[in-house]
Amino acid sequence: MEFATYILLATFLLSLLALLLFIVSMSRGMFGTEAGAANMIFAPGERGRVEDPSLPAQTLRKLQSAMTPNDAAPADANSEELQRRTEADRSSAGPALLCLLFSVLWLLVGSMFGLIASLKMHLPDWLTAEAWLTFGRMRSSHLNVVAYGWSSMAGVGVALWLIPRLLQTPLRGARYAYAGIVLWNVGVLAGVGALLAGWTEGLEWLEFPWQIDILLFSGGALMGMPLAITLLHRRSPHLYVSVWYMVAALLWFPVLFFIANIPGLHFGVQQATMNWWYGHNALGLWFTPLGLAAAYYFIPKILGKPIHSYNLSLLGFWGLAFFYSQVGGHHLIGGPVPSWFVTISIVQSVMMLIPVIAVAINQHMTVLGSFRALLYSPTLRFIVLGAMMYTVASVQGSLMSFRGVNTITHFTHYTVAHAHIGLYGFFAFVMFGSMYFILPRIMGREWPHPRLIGVHFWLVTLGIGIYFVGLSIGGWLQGQYMLDAARSFSESVAVTKPYLASRSVGGLLMTLGHLVFAVHILILVLGRGPQRTSAARLRDLFWLDRSLPSTGVAK
Amino acid sequence: MSRHIDELKLVSGAMVILALATSLMVVIPWILLEPVQAQAGLGPLKPYTAEQLRGRAVYINNGCMYCHTQQPRDPSQAPDFARGWGRPSVAADYVYDSPHLLGTMRTGPDLMNIGARQPSADWHLGHLYQPRAYLPNSNMPAYPYLFDLRPADQVQPADRVVKVPDEWVEDGMVVVARPEALDLVAYLLAMDRTYPAVPSLPIPRQRTVEP
Repeated sequence: MEFATYILLATFLLSLLALLLFIVSMSRGMFGTEAGAANMIFAPGERGRVEDPSLPAQTLRKLQSAMTPNDAAPADANSEELQRRTEADRSSAGPALLCLLFSVLWLLVGSMFGLIASLKMHLPDWLTAEAWLTFGRMRSSHLNVVAYGWSSMAGVGVALWLIPRLLQTPLRGARYAYAGIVLWNVGVLAGVGALLAGWTEGLEWLEFPWQIDILLFSGGALMGMPLAITLLHRRSPHLYVSVWYMVAALLWFPVLFFIANIPGLHFGVQQATMNWWYGHNALGLWFTPLGLAAAYYFIPKILGKPIHSYNLSLLGFWGLAFFYSQVGGHHLIGGPVPSWFVTISIVQSVMMLIPVIAVAINQHMTVLGSFRALLYSPTLRFIVLGAMMYTVASVQGSLMSFRGVNTITHFTHYTVAHAHIGLYGFFAFVMFGSMYFILPRIMGREWPHPRLIGVHFWLVTLGIGIYFVGLSIGGWLQGQYMLDAARSFSESVAVTKPYLASRSVGGLLMTLGHLVFAVHILILVLGRGPQRTSAARLRDLFWLDRSLPSTGVAK
Repeated sequence: MSRHIDELKLVSGAMVILALATSLMVVIPWILLEPVQAQAGLGPLKPYTAEQLRGRAVYINNGCMYCHTQQPRDPSQAPDFARGWGRPSVAADYVYDSPHLLGTMRTGPDLMNIGARQPSADWHLGHLYQPRAYLPNSNMPAYPYLFDLRPADQVQPADRVVKVPDEWVEDGMVVVARPEALDLVAYLLAMDRTYPAVPSLPIPRQRTVEP
């Protein structure tokens, strides 16, 4: 038998074994007791009560009225659970805030790079005098800033804030987190400086020179330390599903990053297989689990309603881990790599439908019946729309791995649109929503101008909509023109131009939305907003007593 | 420890799965492709010269790989060969490539055999200075910073003057290629894998199929 046959057979047997293990563990209830784990994010009396710190009292009442009425006694401010949560929030406030502020700073920088790169695609004689402003450097700076600056910092910041809450114990070892955050951001800054100066490793997603990667690696390890220590001191009886995702992500990423950046180890085509093993796993095993962890916490928390099925969420977790980790080869379809390598990745890309559907059922069933809540809570709107974009991006990704579809979309802007519906439509949206929830809690002040949240939402939603639709059409046409031997190559360039321009319009709207977001955060953090009494203060987490219809502040 | 049994399951499960994926996608390709790498120098492909390597660095640090692939596909999949981009590439074509520059995007054409397809250094220099002087539809960036603009009377004998159509250069000025531009073009001209493909893996034994 040929080598390829052995590998395919081994993969098949392994998958069967994994399925068997999974069935056995399900039947023995090894996935945690259903009700207990799903409900552990609620203190007694909290279930059935909405929570959204970004909303003024009046809107909050509307939000509550969109849900099933709740006559149970409100949460007891002195209950042990709420005391623990207050302590947990207080312990994580500093490092989480630092992380999130850095992330927003990088979001602005990354948006500028992205917008410049996008404009250059249809204005190729704009800003060509200086090497650092050339398209190739703007594009790589954009990718690395939004991936390692914005997305990673946002994901880690949200994780730092969530983990003590979910483990019901104060964050331990916060000083490691501070040190890690500083090192990481110095690393990103140095990395971008290197790229602009023309010092790059030349591998997509791995552009930062390995010398600078040492900063990121040590920073990442230090940021993970407090989470590990806190885990060992947890007081919660269960690990909530968000914890599974976050802990796994924080374990996976350093391994990926380390192996990928070992200098001198990788060569030729093998380096390409490694490149896409890393590139897709950065999405699948780093950003995706961090985003899903946040969605799995905030959707039920805001609605006051436990997730639809806790066991399904664990099926989603293990499915994601197993299938997503092997899909990278679909980036090399048609390339000079062994065909078994590509075939396995296509199979696993399609298998990704299992965890994706599990997550989709779970998150959408939780929201089902409460869609009116989306009208009142922009926080929830961001996260639910983000979760929907996860389903869209994932199903699209599975379809794009088929050889027939891939032949058209590979090497085109269609793939770029797909990447943005995933990392932006899904991940960034979930992060925006999470931050609208978290920052008032950290600052002990409510959002100064709640209308700006709506402005941010509509700017970025419209922006990504235009971006995605325009670039998908342009990319598809580009692919069809390239496959048509009767057309010259330059026709495939010309056909994309209006769509490349529409991408810039979308990108501009997104950038404007980010500016609104950043200014709003600045006003919040500096305390320059109007002072209101119904603030979502940390010290009186039990605002529900005051703001619900019976005792509402404003009639 | 019993209350940390979930953590144990989580950590061990997560790491075993990652190890599997890494073996499949990094380690096995490494083991399989290492013999190909070891045969570097035996095939028709020549190592890059120092000048070509400097040019390759210019290619990389200006991000050419974000718009140009170096991996022609099989004629059964796409008309890459018909476009003059060359035969489907094999692993042995890349033994001197570090980092690999396979690319993921064809905003511009594949460059695996650009040296064979367009062997004129003058064309490449002028095209880098102003792509639209040659291809009106092109959206490739211009790279004026790889060149110097000099008054015509100050050109030194050693200067490589680039012939650019008049409307793209101010009157009385000439375009002189900087060393980076010359290195880059040396690299582009070296992009020629028109020799017959070397099988990247041992060819499986032919089996006779019983009717």
